Amino acid sequence: MADLHLPSTLPPLFRDLPRRLEVEAATVDEAIDVLDERWPGLRDRLCEPGAALRPHINVYVDRQRAELGTALVARSRVDVIAAISGG
Amino acid sequence: MPSTLLVVATRKGLFLLESDGDRSDWKLRGPFCEAWPIYHAVHDAASGAIYAAAASEWHGAGVWRSSDLGESWELSSEGLAYSDDGLKLSKISGLTAAHGRVLAGAEAVGIFESRDGAATWSLLSTLDGQPGRDRWNDPANQPPGHLGVPAILPHPDDASRFWAVVQGTGIFETTDEGATWTPRNRGLRADWPIENPEVGYCVHKLVMSPVDHERLYQQNHVGVHRSDDGGRSWTEITDGLPTEFGFAAAAHPHDRDTFYVIPLDPGHGRCMPDGRAAVWRTRDAGSTWQRLDRGLPQSDAHLGVLREGLAIDAHDVPGLYFGTSTGQVFASTDEGESWSEIASYLPGITSVEVASLE
Repeated sequence: MADLHLPSTLPPLFRDLPRRLEVEAATVDEAIDVLDERWPGLRDRLCEPGAALRPHINVYVDRQRAELGTALVARSRVDVIAAISGG
Repeated sequence: MPSTLLVVATRKGLFLLESDGDRSDWKLRGPFCEAWPIYHAVHDAASGAIYAAAASEWHGAGVWRSSDLGESWELSSEGLAYSDDGLKLSKISGLTAAHGRVLAGAEAVGIFESRDGAATWSLLSTLDGQPGRDRWNDPANQPPGHLGVPAILPHPDDASRFWAVVQGTGIFETTDEGATWTPRNRGLRADWPIENPEVGYCVHKLVMSPVDHERLYQQNHVGVHRSDDGGRSWTEITDGLPTEFGFAAAAHPHDRDTFYVIPLDPGHGRCMPDGRAAVWRTRDAGSTWQRLDRGLPQSDAHLGVLREGLAIDAHDVPGLYFGTSTGQVFASTDEGESWSEIASYLPGITSVEVASLE
């Protein structure tokens, strides 16, 4: 199970979505699929059409910058970050 | 007496201003929509729903909807995407609710429709084959902050007929639900070279007289223009205004010859000239103009108003409302003769729409 941490901007958009949850998935992409199945529309908030992360959404797996295809292992920590921008 | 609702979209969320029938005391609620940047928000008189077009830098574009006047909100972008033709949707710029559906103007240039109250969307048209189509999605030909289709003007009696504004290109009319289009820019002026006289015009705001559906007005990048034939031809009516530039415009609900604009400095500032706030009105279809500034700040007021920032209600003596780029809302209950400030410290305002609630 990966240990998934979500940005604070995401839970207000989906009923009962926590900031932190455990997900069974082999890749970042699969983890987002798992979330989207339970909270429909969530993939659109993190990914562009055509399966790429949105430009200001950064994902780290065990503190290394990751992409959708990055593999997850047991107890991977996944941080989804809304990149600092704006004012 | 019905209450009045102002739907105020800002760069940091949506706000609602509500008043009782006399439109003198206003109560503010918000911010809604998680303070996402809102480009345009409308109230659908038929369903009572509020729709807000939003685009988050982080989480993409979508349309928020509330069926209970802001008590609860839902966001959807289901179907708001182009397929495989290389177009990318960056934002929904303009919303129109009419004839039981919601139309959304998008950047890149396209029009989406929803027939289930903005829960799901489908692509209606990308205006393929129209003059300018080969260039208008090229970033090299776009202004900063390109809006694509910032506005769609519905025909009140004919659901299949509407006008779409393509930013920097002009107006296109469809009479068959977007299957085919015709440019409607004849008589407009451009201060820049244009290759095809049918297109290349910078239409900022297009409105229709509610009492004469052939009477259209527009505030353009270079001038104010009137059409008496549903947009098939245009006549410039700028003479008498302090500048030819502006964004916002409004048509009187009961008099086809009365029309309002807010002239702005055309330079980088794009504020009301000389720091003196004013709305301008014609009562004779553009032959003469009157400056309306009683109650508006007349010194050090460098206020800008964007294309959807002016609204007019349908009272016997109409009220007008405008929101500024610096977060003030001004209201008039006497057709613009006098004004008062009803909100002072909102985020920058992108649109103001007004609704009467029974």
